[in-house]
Amino acid sequence: MIRKFFAQAYIWLLLIILYAPILFIAVFSFTESKVLGNWTGFSTKLYENLTQGSLDGGSSLMSALQNTLIIAVVAAALSTLLGTMAAIGMFYLRGGKKKAITFMNNIPIINPDIITGVSLFLLFIFMRITQGYTSVILAHITFCTPYVVLSVLPKMSQMNPNIYEAARDLGATQFQALRKVVIPQLIPGMVSGFILAFTMSLDDFAVTFFTRGTIGLDTLSTYIYADARKGGLTPELRPLMTIIFLTILVLLIIINIRQQRLAQRNELKK
Amino acid sequence: MAVRRYTWSYPYFIFLAIFAVLPLILVAVYAFQDAQGHFTFANVTRFFSDSNALNTFAVSIEVAIENTLICLLLGYPAAWILANKKYNSSMVTVILFMLPMWVNALMRTLATAELFNMLGVGLGKGTLLFGMVYDYLPFMIYPIYNVLNKMDNSYAEAAADLGANPMQVFWKITVPLSKAGIVSGILMVFMPTVSTFAISEFLTNNKIKLFGTIIQENINSSMWNYGAALALIMLIIIGLTSLLSDNEEKEMEEGAL
Repeated sequence: MIRKFFAQAYIWLLLIILYAPILFIAVFSFTESKVLGNWTGFSTKLYENLTQGSLDGGSSLMSALQNTLIIAVVAAALSTLLGTMAAIGMFYLRGGKKKAITFMNNIPIINPDIITGVSLFLLFIFMRITQGYTSVILAHITFCTPYVVLSVLPKMSQMNPNIYEAARDLGATQFQALRKVVIPQLIPGMVSGFILAFTMSLDDFAVTFFTRGTIGLDTLSTYIYADARKGGLTPELRPLMTIIFLTILVLLIIINIRQQRLAQRNELKK
Repeated sequence: MAVRRYTWSYPYFIFLAIFAVLPLILVAVYAFQDAQGHFTFANVTRFFSDSNALNTFAVSIEVAIENTLICLLLGYPAAWILANKKYNSSMVTVILFMLPMWVNALMRTLATAELFNMLGVGLGKGTLLFGMVYDYLPFMIYPIYNVLNKMDNSYAEAAADLGANPMQVFWKITVPLSKAGIVSGILMVFMPTVSTFAISEFLTNNKIKLFGTIIQENINSSMWNYGAALALIMLIIIGLTSLLSDNEEKEMEEGAL
Protein backbone atom coordinates (compact mmCIF):
# COMPACT_ATOMS: atom_id res chain seq x y z
CA MET A 1 0.00 0.00 0.00
CA ILE A 2 2.69 2.47 1.07
CA ARG A 3 4.76 1.61 -1.98
CA LYS A 4 1.82 2.15 -4.24
CA PHE A 5 1.22 5.51 -2.59
CA PHE A 6 4.82 6.63 -3.14
CA ALA A 7 4.84 5.36 -6.71
CA GLN A 8 1.71 7.29 -7.54
CA ALA A 9 2.83 10.37 -5.65
CA TYR A 10 6.02 10.38 -7.74
CA ILE A 11 4.08 10.11 -11.00
CA TRP A 12 1.68 12.89 -10.05
CA LEU A 13 4.47 15.15 -8.81
CA LEU A 14 6.25 14.82 -12.16
CA LEU A 15 3.00 15.47 -13.99
CA ILE A 16 2.29 18.58 -11.93
CA ILE A 17 5.75 19.96 -12.74
CA LEU A 18 5.38 19.05 -16.42
CA TYR A 19 2.03 20.76 -16.64
CA ALA A 20 2.71 23.81 -14.47
CA PRO A 21 3.75 26.10 -17.37
CA ILE A 22 0.85 24.93 -19.54
CA LEU A 23 -1.63 25.48 -16.71
CA PHE A 24 -0.02 28.84 -16.07
CA ILE A 25 -0.74 29.88 -19.68
CA ALA A 26 -4.27 28.49 -19.52
CA VAL A 27 -5.08 30.36 -16.30
CA PHE A 28 -3.71 33.64 -17.60
CA SER A 29 -5.65 33.30 -20.84
CA PHE A 30 -8.66 34.41 -18.77
CA THR A 31 -7.38 37.84 -17.91
CA GLU A 32 -6.80 40.91 -20.05
CA SER A 33 -3.35 41.83 -18.82
CA LYS A 34 -0.72 42.37 -21.51
CA VAL A 35 2.00 40.90 -19.28
CA LEU A 36 1.91 37.20 -18.54
CA GLY A 37 1.73 36.63 -14.78
CA ASN A 38 -0.14 39.79 -13.95
CA TRP A 39 -3.75 39.01 -12.96
CA THR A 40 -6.12 41.88 -13.68
CA GLY A 41 -9.41 40.12 -13.05
CA PHE A 42 -11.37 37.48 -14.89
CA SER A 43 -12.16 38.22 -18.50
CA THR A 44 -12.78 36.32 -21.72
CA LYS A 45 -11.73 39.28 -23.83
CA LEU A 46 -8.67 37.52 -25.23
CA TYR A 47 -10.88 34.67 -26.47
CA GLU A 48 -13.26 37.18 -28.04
CA ASN A 49 -10.33 38.97 -29.72
CA LEU A 50 -9.20 35.66 -31.09
CA THR A 51 -12.55 34.66 -32.57
CA GLN A 52 -13.20 38.12 -33.98
CA GLY A 53 -9.66 38.43 -35.29
CA SER A 54 -9.34 41.94 -33.88
CA LEU A 55 -5.88 41.55 -32.44
CA ASP A 56 -3.62 44.26 -31.18
CA GLY A 57 -0.78 42.79 -33.16
CA GLY A 58 -2.83 43.00 -36.34
CA SER A 59 -4.13 39.86 -38.00
CA SER A 60 -0.58 38.48 -38.32
CA LEU A 61 -1.25 35.88 -35.63
CA MET A 62 -4.25 34.56 -37.55
CA SER A 63 -2.33 34.44 -40.82
CA ALA A 64 0.51 32.61 -39.04
CA LEU A 65 -2.01 30.08 -37.74
CA GLN A 66 -3.46 29.72 -41.22
CA ASN A 67 0.00 29.19 -42.76
CA THR A 68 0.82 26.59 -40.11
CA LEU A 69 -2.34 24.60 -40.83
CA ILE A 70 -2.03 24.80 -44.64
CA ILE A 71 1.62 23.72 -44.55
CA ALA A 72 0.85 20.89 -42.12
CA VAL A 73 -2.09 19.54 -44.16
CA VAL A 74 -0.30 19.76 -47.52
CA ALA A 75 2.98 18.36 -46.19
CA ALA A 76 1.24 15.52 -44.31
CA ALA A 77 -0.90 14.56 -47.32
CA LEU A 78 2.02 14.55 -49.76
CA SER A 79 4.24 12.69 -47.24
CA THR A 80 1.55 10.05 -46.79
CA LEU A 81 1.27 9.57 -50.56
CA LEU A 82 5.03 9.44 -51.15
CA GLY A 83 5.71 7.37 -48.02
CA THR A 84 3.00 4.77 -48.76
CA MET A 85 4.22 4.26 -52.32
CA ALA A 86 7.77 4.03 -51.03
CA ALA A 87 6.81 1.49 -48.32
CA ILE A 88 5.02 -0.76 -50.86
CA GLY A 89 8.06 -0.65 -53.11
CA MET A 90 10.59 -1.03 -50.28
CA PHE A 91 8.86 -4.17 -49.04
CA TYR A 92 9.65 -5.94 -52.33
CA LEU A 93 13.17 -4.53 -52.67
CA ARG A 94 16.03 -6.89 -51.87
CA GLY A 95 19.73 -6.69 -51.17
CA GLY A 96 21.84 -3.59 -51.62
CA LYS A 97 19.06 -1.37 -52.90
CA LYS A 98 16.95 -2.15 -49.82
CA LYS A 99 19.88 -1.39 -47.51
CA ALA A 100 20.60 1.86 -49.36
CA ILE A 101 17.05 3.19 -49.19
CA THR A 102 16.63 2.16 -45.54
CA PHE A 103 19.83 4.01 -44.71
CA MET A 104 18.74 7.09 -46.65
CA ASN A 105 15.32 6.96 -44.99
CA ASN A 106 17.08 7.18 -41.61
CA ILE A 107 19.02 10.34 -42.46
CA PRO A 108 16.18 12.83 -41.79
CA ILE A 109 15.20 10.89 -38.63
CA ILE A 110 18.67 10.93 -37.09
CA ASN A 111 19.57 14.49 -38.12
CA PRO A 112 18.66 17.12 -35.53
CA ASP A 113 16.27 19.80 -36.81
CA ILE A 114 18.99 22.37 -37.14
CA ILE A 115 21.09 20.18 -39.47
CA THR A 116 18.03 19.39 -41.61
CA GLY A 117 17.25 23.11 -41.70
CA VAL A 118 20.75 24.35 -42.51
CA SER A 119 21.45 21.64 -45.09
CA LEU A 120 18.15 22.24 -46.90
CA PHE A 121 18.81 25.99 -46.76
CA LEU A 122 22.10 25.36 -48.60
CA LEU A 123 20.29 23.06 -51.06
CA PHE A 124 17.73 25.70 -51.96
CA ILE A 125 20.48 28.27 -52.43
CA PHE A 126 22.46 25.81 -54.55
CA MET A 127 19.43 25.00 -56.71
CA ARG A 128 18.42 28.66 -56.82
CA ILE A 129 14.92 27.90 -55.55
CA THR A 130 13.31 31.02 -54.11
CA GLN A 131 12.51 30.25 -50.49
CA GLY A 132 8.92 30.57 -49.34
CA TYR A 133 5.87 28.32 -49.23
CA THR A 134 7.28 25.75 -51.68
CA SER A 135 10.62 25.36 -49.95
CA VAL A 136 9.00 25.05 -46.50
CA ILE A 137 6.58 22.38 -47.73
CA LEU A 138 9.38 20.46 -49.49
CA ALA A 139 11.44 20.64 -46.29
CA HIS A 140 8.52 19.41 -44.17
CA ILE A 141 7.92 16.50 -46.60
CA THR A 142 11.60 15.63 -46.17
CA PHE A 143 11.44 15.17 -42.40
CA CYS A 144 7.86 13.75 -42.30
CA THR A 145 7.98 11.03 -44.98
CA PRO A 146 10.45 8.74 -43.18
CA TYR A 147 7.94 8.43 -40.32
CA VAL A 148 5.13 7.58 -42.75
CA VAL A 149 7.35 4.88 -44.26
CA LEU A 150 8.05 3.49 -40.79
CA SER A 151 4.32 3.38 -39.95
CA VAL A 152 3.27 1.73 -43.23
CA LEU A 153 6.09 -0.83 -43.62
CA PRO A 154 4.99 -3.03 -40.67
CA LYS A 155 1.49 -3.23 -42.19
CA MET A 156 3.06 -4.56 -45.39
CA SER A 157 4.83 -7.33 -43.48
CA GLN A 158 1.70 -8.19 -41.48
CA MET A 159 -0.31 -8.59 -44.66
CA ASN A 160 -0.96 -12.07 -46.00
CA PRO A 161 1.04 -12.07 -49.28
CA ASN A 162 -1.33 -14.60 -50.85
CA ILE A 163 -4.31 -12.28 -51.04
CA TYR A 164 -2.54 -10.07 -53.58
CA GLU A 165 -1.73 -13.14 -55.68
CA ALA A 166 -5.31 -14.37 -55.25
CA ALA A 167 -6.65 -11.06 -56.56
CA ARG A 168 -4.33 -11.27 -59.57
CA ASP A 169 -5.36 -14.91 -60.24
CA LEU A 170 -8.99 -13.86 -60.14
CA GLY A 171 -8.30 -11.40 -62.93
CA ALA A 172 -7.55 -8.12 -61.19
CA THR A 173 -4.97 -5.96 -62.92
CA GLN A 174 -1.88 -5.05 -60.93
CA PHE A 175 -3.25 -1.61 -60.22
CA GLN A 176 -6.70 -2.95 -59.19
CA ALA A 177 -5.10 -5.48 -56.85
CA LEU A 178 -3.08 -2.73 -55.21
CA ARG A 179 -5.98 -0.33 -54.92
CA LYS A 180 -8.66 -2.76 -53.79
CA VAL A 181 -6.65 -5.33 -51.83
CA VAL A 182 -3.32 -3.93 -50.66
CA ILE A 183 -4.12 -0.27 -49.91
CA PRO A 184 -7.16 -1.02 -47.68
CA GLN A 185 -4.93 -3.13 -45.45
CA LEU A 186 -2.41 -0.31 -45.21
CA ILE A 187 -4.93 2.32 -44.16
CA PRO A 188 -4.31 2.10 -40.37
CA GLY A 189 -0.59 2.63 -40.99
CA MET A 190 -1.31 5.46 -43.39
CA VAL A 191 -3.61 7.17 -40.89
CA SER A 192 -1.09 7.01 -38.07
CA GLY A 193 1.63 8.14 -40.49
CA PHE A 194 -0.51 11.09 -41.54
CA ILE A 195 -1.25 12.08 -37.93
CA LEU A 196 2.44 11.80 -37.03
CA ALA A 197 3.46 13.89 -40.05
CA PHE A 198 0.77 16.47 -39.32
CA THR A 199 1.77 16.95 -35.67
CA MET A 200 5.48 17.06 -36.52
CA SER A 201 4.88 19.69 -39.15
CA LEU A 202 2.73 21.72 -36.72
CA ASP A 203 5.43 21.59 -34.08
CA ASP A 204 8.39 22.36 -36.29
CA PHE A 205 10.38 25.49 -35.68
CA ALA A 206 14.01 25.04 -36.74
CA VAL A 207 13.46 23.66 -40.25
CA THR A 208 10.83 26.29 -41.08
CA PHE A 209 13.07 29.00 -39.67
CA PHE A 210 15.90 28.18 -42.11
CA THR A 211 13.83 27.44 -45.22
CA ARG A 212 11.16 30.14 -45.20
CA GLY A 213 13.33 32.71 -46.94
CA THR A 214 12.93 36.44 -46.54
CA ILE A 215 9.43 36.98 -47.91
CA GLY A 216 8.01 37.24 -44.39
CA LEU A 217 6.28 33.85 -44.30
CA ASP A 218 5.42 33.15 -40.66
CA THR A 219 4.15 29.98 -39.04
CA LEU A 220 2.99 29.85 -35.43
CA SER A 221 6.48 28.83 -34.25
CA THR A 222 8.40 31.52 -36.10
CA TYR A 223 5.76 34.05 -35.07
CA ILE A 224 6.21 33.13 -31.41
CA TYR A 225 10.00 33.27 -31.79
CA ALA A 226 9.96 36.73 -33.33
CA ASP A 227 7.39 37.86 -30.77
CA ALA A 228 9.47 36.69 -27.82
CA ARG A 229 12.62 38.31 -29.18
CA LYS A 230 10.78 41.62 -29.38
CA GLY A 231 9.99 41.07 -25.70
CA GLY A 232 6.58 40.05 -24.50
CA LEU A 233 4.19 37.63 -26.15
CA THR A 234 1.06 38.71 -27.94
CA PRO A 235 -1.59 38.12 -25.24
CA GLU A 236 -3.89 36.34 -27.73
CA LEU A 237 -1.36 33.52 -27.97
CA ARG A 238 -2.48 32.43 -24.49
CA PRO A 239 -6.07 31.50 -25.44
CA LEU A 240 -4.86 30.08 -28.76
CA MET A 241 -2.37 27.76 -27.05
CA THR A 242 -4.99 26.75 -24.48
CA ILE A 243 -7.42 25.79 -27.24
CA ILE A 244 -4.77 23.88 -29.22
CA PHE A 245 -3.70 22.06 -26.07
CA LEU A 246 -7.22 21.02 -25.09
CA THR A 247 -7.99 19.86 -28.64
CA ILE A 248 -4.90 17.64 -28.71
CA LEU A 249 -5.67 16.30 -25.23
CA VAL A 250 -9.22 15.30 -26.17
CA LEU A 251 -8.13 13.82 -29.53
CA LEU A 252 -5.37 11.72 -27.99
CA ILE A 253 -7.61 10.39 -25.25
CA ILE A 254 -10.35 9.47 -27.75
CA ILE A 255 -7.85 7.74 -30.07
CA ASN A 256 -6.38 5.77 -27.18
CA ILE A 257 -9.70 4.70 -25.73
CA ARG A 258 -10.79 3.56 -29.21
CA GLN A 259 -7.60 1.57 -29.62
CA GLN A 260 -8.04 -0.08 -26.24
CA ARG A 261 -11.62 -1.04 -27.09
CA LEU A 262 -10.51 -2.46 -30.43
CA ALA A 263 -7.76 -4.42 -28.71
CA GLN A 264 -10.25 -5.78 -26.14
CA ARG A 265 -12.67 -6.79 -28.91
CA ASN A 266 -9.90 -8.61 -30.72
CA GLU A 267 -9.01 -10.40 -27.48
CA LEU A 268 -12.64 -11.52 -27.10
CA LYS A 269 -12.76 -12.82 -30.66
CA LYS A 270 -9.77 -15.03 -29.98
CA MET B 1 3.83 -5.80 -69.35
CA ALA B 2 3.49 -5.69 -65.59
CA VAL B 3 5.47 -3.15 -63.62
CA ARG B 4 7.60 -4.70 -60.91
CA ARG B 5 6.27 -3.70 -57.53
CA TYR B 6 9.62 -2.67 -56.08
CA THR B 7 9.82 0.13 -58.64
CA TRP B 8 7.22 1.94 -56.51
CA SER B 9 10.05 2.94 -54.21
CA TYR B 10 12.01 4.68 -56.99
CA PRO B 11 10.34 8.12 -56.72
CA TYR B 12 11.22 8.16 -53.02
CA PHE B 13 14.74 7.02 -53.87
CA ILE B 14 15.16 10.06 -56.10
CA PHE B 15 13.48 12.33 -53.55
CA LEU B 16 15.83 11.17 -50.77
CA ALA B 17 18.88 11.55 -53.03
CA ILE B 18 17.95 15.19 -53.64
CA PHE B 19 16.57 16.20 -50.24
CA ALA B 20 18.47 14.02 -47.77
CA VAL B 21 21.83 13.09 -49.30
CA LEU B 22 22.67 16.05 -51.53
CA PRO B 23 22.09 18.64 -48.74
CA LEU B 24 24.58 16.83 -46.49
CA ILE B 25 27.13 16.78 -49.30
CA LEU B 26 26.50 20.50 -49.76
CA VAL B 27 27.21 21.11 -46.05
CA ALA B 28 30.62 19.50 -46.54
CA VAL B 29 31.26 21.39 -49.79
CA TYR B 30 30.36 24.78 -48.31
CA ALA B 31 32.40 24.04 -45.19
CA PHE B 32 35.57 23.77 -47.31
CA GLN B 33 34.95 26.83 -49.47
CA ASP B 34 35.60 30.50 -48.93
CA ALA B 35 33.05 33.16 -49.88
CA GLN B 36 34.39 33.19 -53.46
CA GLY B 37 33.95 29.44 -53.81
CA HIS B 38 37.65 28.50 -53.61
CA PHE B 39 38.75 25.45 -51.65
CA THR B 40 40.02 26.26 -48.16
CA PHE B 41 40.51 24.79 -44.69
CA ALA B 42 40.09 28.23 -43.15
CA ASN B 43 36.53 27.64 -41.85
CA VAL B 44 37.52 24.50 -39.94
CA THR B 45 40.74 25.97 -38.55
CA ARG B 46 38.80 29.09 -37.57
CA PHE B 47 36.59 26.99 -35.28
CA PHE B 48 39.60 25.49 -33.50
CA SER B 49 41.14 28.93 -32.91
CA ASP B 50 37.83 30.63 -32.01
CA SER B 51 37.78 30.44 -28.22
CA ASN B 52 34.21 31.70 -28.15
CA ALA B 53 32.96 28.89 -30.39
CA LEU B 54 35.05 26.28 -28.57
CA ASN B 55 33.65 27.42 -25.24
CA THR B 56 30.10 27.28 -26.51
CA PHE B 57 30.80 23.84 -27.87
CA ALA B 58 32.07 22.63 -24.49
CA VAL B 59 29.11 24.17 -22.66
CA SER B 60 26.67 22.51 -25.08
CA ILE B 61 28.17 19.08 -24.56
CA GLU B 62 28.17 19.62 -20.78
CA VAL B 63 24.54 20.77 -20.70
CA ALA B 64 23.53 17.89 -22.97
CA ILE B 65 25.22 15.30 -20.74
CA GLU B 66 23.71 16.78 -17.59
CA ASN B 67 20.29 16.99 -19.16
CA THR B 68 20.47 13.40 -20.39
CA LEU B 69 21.54 12.13 -16.96
CA ILE B 70 18.79 14.00 -15.11
CA CYS B 71 16.18 12.83 -17.63
CA LEU B 72 17.37 9.24 -17.18
CA LEU B 73 17.35 9.45 -13.38
CA LEU B 74 13.87 11.00 -13.27
CA GLY B 75 12.47 9.18 -16.27
CA TYR B 76 13.46 5.59 -15.60
CA PRO B 77 11.52 5.28 -12.31
CA ALA B 78 8.56 7.00 -13.94
CA ALA B 79 8.62 4.62 -16.93
CA TRP B 80 8.97 1.66 -14.56
CA ILE B 81 6.00 2.73 -12.45
CA LEU B 82 3.88 3.44 -15.53
CA ALA B 83 4.65 0.02 -17.00
CA ASN B 84 3.96 -1.75 -13.69
CA LYS B 85 0.37 -3.00 -13.56
CA LYS B 86 0.42 -2.99 -9.76
CA TYR B 87 0.97 0.76 -9.57
CA ASN B 88 -0.66 2.04 -12.69
CA SER B 89 -3.53 0.50 -14.56
CA SER B 90 -4.76 3.49 -16.49
CA MET B 91 -3.66 4.46 -19.96
CA VAL B 92 -4.58 8.09 -19.25
CA THR B 93 -1.51 8.79 -17.07
CA VAL B 94 0.70 7.43 -19.85
CA ILE B 95 -1.01 9.72 -22.37
CA LEU B 96 -0.57 12.65 -20.00
CA PHE B 97 3.20 12.07 -20.06
CA MET B 98 3.27 11.91 -23.86
CA LEU B 99 1.00 14.88 -24.42
CA PRO B 100 3.55 17.68 -23.92
CA MET B 101 5.50 16.25 -26.90
CA TRP B 102 2.63 17.44 -29.07
CA VAL B 103 2.61 20.98 -27.76
CA ASN B 104 4.77 23.56 -29.48
CA ALA B 105 8.17 23.35 -27.79
CA LEU B 106 8.84 27.07 -28.11
CA MET B 107 5.58 27.91 -26.41
CA ARG B 108 6.27 25.50 -23.56
CA THR B 109 9.75 26.94 -23.14
CA LEU B 110 8.50 30.51 -23.08
CA ALA B 111 5.84 29.59 -20.55
CA THR B 112 8.53 28.04 -18.35
CA ALA B 113 10.68 31.16 -18.63
CA GLU B 114 7.71 33.39 -17.78
CA LEU B 115 6.82 31.20 -14.81
CA PHE B 116 10.38 31.59 -13.50
CA ASN B 117 10.14 35.35 -14.01
CA MET B 118 6.90 35.51 -12.02
CA LEU B 119 8.37 33.42 -9.22
CA GLY B 120 11.39 35.73 -9.16
CA VAL B 121 13.91 33.02 -10.07
CA GLY B 122 16.93 34.46 -11.89
CA LEU B 123 17.46 33.01 -15.37
CA GLY B 124 20.74 31.14 -15.83
CA LYS B 125 22.26 27.67 -15.85
CA GLY B 126 19.76 26.28 -13.36
CA THR B 127 16.69 27.44 -15.26
CA LEU B 128 18.27 26.27 -18.52
CA LEU B 129 18.67 22.73 -17.15
CA PHE B 130 15.19 22.75 -15.67
CA GLY B 131 13.68 23.86 -18.96
CA MET B 132 15.67 21.29 -20.92
CA VAL B 133 14.63 18.47 -18.60
CA TYR B 134 11.08 19.70 -18.83
CA ASP B 135 11.22 19.68 -22.65
CA TYR B 136 12.93 16.33 -23.09
CA LEU B 137 11.73 14.15 -20.17
CA PRO B 138 8.83 12.67 -22.20
CA PHE B 139 11.32 11.60 -24.90
CA MET B 140 13.22 9.61 -22.27
CA ILE B 141 10.16 8.09 -20.61
CA TYR B 142 8.44 6.97 -23.82
CA PRO B 143 11.01 4.51 -25.27
CA ILE B 144 11.82 3.04 -21.83
CA TYR B 145 8.11 2.63 -21.04
CA ASN B 146 7.58 0.89 -24.38
CA VAL B 147 10.31 -1.66 -23.73
CA LEU B 148 9.29 -2.27 -20.11
CA ASN B 149 5.65 -2.63 -21.09
CA LYS B 150 6.41 -5.34 -23.66
CA MET B 151 8.89 -7.12 -21.42
CA ASP B 152 8.08 -10.70 -20.53
CA ASN B 153 7.39 -10.67 -16.80
CA SER B 154 8.29 -14.34 -16.37
CA TYR B 155 12.02 -13.52 -16.37
CA ALA B 156 11.60 -11.36 -13.29
CA GLU B 157 9.33 -13.95 -11.67
CA ALA B 158 11.82 -16.73 -12.42
CA ALA B 159 14.62 -14.70 -10.84
CA ALA B 160 12.48 -14.06 -7.76
CA ASP B 161 11.59 -17.77 -7.52
CA LEU B 162 15.27 -18.62 -7.66
CA GLY B 163 15.86 -16.41 -4.62
CA ALA B 164 16.78 -12.98 -5.98
CA ASN B 165 15.60 -10.09 -3.82
CA PRO B 166 13.67 -7.24 -5.48
CA MET B 167 16.79 -5.07 -5.82
CA GLN B 168 18.67 -7.88 -7.53
CA VAL B 169 15.73 -8.57 -9.83
CA PHE B 170 15.66 -4.89 -10.77
CA TRP B 171 19.39 -4.45 -11.43
CA LYS B 172 20.10 -7.86 -12.94
CA ILE B 173 16.92 -8.51 -14.94
CA THR B 174 14.81 -5.42 -15.51
CA VAL B 175 17.56 -2.90 -16.28
CA PRO B 176 19.57 -5.11 -18.68
CA LEU B 177 16.40 -6.14 -20.52
CA SER B 178 15.37 -2.53 -20.96
CA LYS B 179 18.76 -1.48 -22.38
CA ALA B 180 17.31 -0.89 -25.85
CA GLY B 181 14.84 1.63 -24.41
CA ILE B 182 17.56 3.36 -22.40
CA VAL B 183 19.81 3.68 -25.46
CA SER B 184 17.10 5.16 -27.65
CA GLY B 185 15.97 7.44 -24.81
CA ILE B 186 19.52 8.75 -24.42
CA LEU B 187 19.76 9.35 -28.17
CA MET B 188 16.40 11.11 -28.27
CA VAL B 189 17.48 13.47 -25.49
CA PHE B 190 21.20 13.98 -26.08
CA MET B 191 21.26 14.85 -29.78
CA PRO B 192 18.45 17.42 -29.77
CA THR B 193 19.91 19.07 -26.65
CA VAL B 194 23.28 19.67 -28.32
CA SER B 195 21.59 21.20 -31.32
CA THR B 196 18.79 23.31 -29.86
CA PHE B 197 18.71 26.97 -30.47
CA ALA B 198 16.13 29.49 -29.25
CA ILE B 199 15.40 27.38 -26.16
CA SER B 200 18.65 28.33 -24.44
CA GLU B 201 18.27 31.99 -25.37
CA PHE B 202 14.83 32.20 -23.78
CA LEU B 203 15.68 30.22 -20.66
CA THR B 204 18.82 32.19 -19.82
CA ASN B 205 17.97 35.60 -21.19
CA ASN B 206 20.78 35.17 -23.77
CA LYS B 207 23.31 34.55 -21.00
CA ILE B 208 24.20 31.03 -22.13
CA LYS B 209 24.60 30.18 -25.79
CA LEU B 210 24.50 26.65 -27.11
CA PHE B 211 26.18 25.30 -30.23
CA GLY B 212 22.96 25.43 -32.24
CA THR B 213 22.69 29.16 -31.59
CA ILE B 214 26.08 29.98 -33.09
CA ILE B 215 25.28 27.91 -36.19
CA GLN B 216 22.06 29.87 -36.56
CA GLU B 217 23.79 33.23 -35.98
CA ASN B 218 26.36 32.53 -38.68
CA ILE B 219 23.84 31.32 -41.23
CA ASN B 220 21.55 34.28 -40.54
CA SER B 221 24.35 36.80 -40.91
CA SER B 222 25.18 35.27 -44.31
CA MET B 223 28.39 33.59 -43.12
CA TRP B 224 27.24 30.39 -44.79
CA ASN B 225 30.66 28.82 -45.13
CA TYR B 226 31.59 29.11 -41.46
CA GLY B 227 28.04 28.07 -40.49
CA ALA B 228 28.37 25.03 -42.73
CA ALA B 229 31.70 24.15 -41.12
CA LEU B 230 30.08 24.27 -37.66
CA ALA B 231 27.17 22.16 -38.93
CA LEU B 232 29.67 19.67 -40.35
CA ILE B 233 31.32 19.35 -36.92
CA MET B 234 27.92 18.64 -35.38
CA LEU B 235 27.18 16.09 -38.13
CA ILE B 236 30.40 14.24 -37.33
CA ILE B 237 29.42 14.03 -33.65
CA ILE B 238 25.98 12.72 -34.59
CA GLY B 239 27.54 10.16 -36.92
CA LEU B 240 29.85 8.95 -34.16
CA THR B 241 27.05 8.75 -31.56
CA SER B 242 24.76 6.78 -33.83
CA LEU B 243 27.60 4.42 -34.78
CA LEU B 244 28.22 3.77 -31.08
CA SER B 245 24.54 3.09 -30.42
CA ASP B 246 24.40 0.81 -33.48
CA ASN B 247 27.20 -1.27 -31.98
CA GLU B 248 25.27 -1.41 -28.71
CA GLU B 249 22.20 -2.69 -30.52
CA LYS B 250 24.17 -5.31 -32.43
CA GLU B 251 25.72 -6.52 -29.19
CA MET B 252 22.29 -6.78 -27.63
CA GLU B 253 20.91 -8.74 -30.58
CA GLU B 254 23.83 -11.13 -30.31
CA GLY B 255 23.22 -11.36 -26.58
CA ALA B 256 19.59 -12.25 -27.22
CA LEU B 257 20.62 -15.21 -29.38
